[in-house]
Amino acid sequence: MRLLTHNMLSSNIKGVTNGFPLGIEVEKVIEKQVDFNPDFLKNMLLKIEWKALVDASRSLGYAELPEEAPESSVIDSDDFLRKLHHALLELHLEEGALVCPQTGRKFPVNKGIPNMLLHEDEV
Amino acid sequence: MKLKQLESLLGDLQQFSNPKVELEQYPTGPHIASRLLYTAENSFGDVSNKVVADFGCGCGTLGAAAALLGAEQVLAFDIDTESLELASENAEELELDINFVQCDISNLVWRGQIVDTVVMNPPFGTRKKGVDMDFLCVALKVASQAVYSLHKTSTRDHVRRAALRDFNASSAEVLCELQFDVPQLYKFHKKKEVNIAVDLWRFVPKRNQGKVL
Repeated sequence: MRLLTHNMLSSNIKGVTNGFPLGIEVEKVIEKQVDFNPDFLKNMLLKIEWKALVDASRSLGYAELPEEAPESSVIDSDDFLRKLHHALLELHLEEGALVCPQTGRKFPVNKGIPNMLLHEDEV
Repeated sequence: MKLKQLESLLGDLQQFSNPKVELEQYPTGPHIASRLLYTAENSFGDVSNKVVADFGCGCGTLGAAAALLGAEQVLAFDIDTESLELASENAEELELDINFVQCDISNLVWRGQIVDTVVMNPPFGTRKKGVDMDFLCVALKVASQAVYSLHKTSTRDHVRRAALRDFNASSAEVLCELQFDVPQLYKFHKKKEVNIAVDLWRFVPKRNQGKVL
């Protein structure tokens, strides 16, 4: 599971009002190289929740992203975009869990696939 | 990539060996899948360099087609473990990089319009009433650019009304009518193969401010 996916998903348990961002429990992280596309990254910057991405990348052991959302002057820098690229697209949570921030319920991640299915009493 | 080439690559994908009737697992044939994605890319520019989501991906045909046509990231969602395994195998076979998520689309909660385009062949809702409309409702909440979907031609008026009035669509257009060949997959199918007329729809979601869900 890429952090791009993490940045979209929210806990969907009935009654949970603030299910984003999901916490991360790490068992195994892997890295896969993908092509670097600066225009795509700049476009994604408008859509992602910065703090959730920073925290998630730290959970996965990558601490290079700046704490604060980047200023527009930084966005074009190659160094910054490469770090964003790595955090958003190359880090994968292969085994572990996503944790509902409100209830602590764990959604398992196996073979890189998060399982967001709910039990009957959670729908 | 040429349409023929796309269709031929999709024709090599593995299909369900034990389709589940309750999930209405009819495979999206390579003919329909290739035309859906080809139109999305060549007439509207909704695929290459975009984030594309495949809702109810089944064996992963539409998601694979999106990746083959140059989608920057593809996310594929299904409720069924076996479908996801099959779809991952199919992606691996074509050396495609697809993000899979196991979830029930009907209760997917998502932080706003993050994907550009949703492509889907939803269950027609003949076994579980209304599930096709649930898919459309969620798709129109998460897509920022367009939703492509297949619905029975017999439901055309209903789909248009629901999309425009209830589901956040600013436009709803039938791009073409196709024949969906449903082979005899289940015991209750009396005929060897039936053709169902389906519409290929393109919906454009309204822009919304900030978070949706």
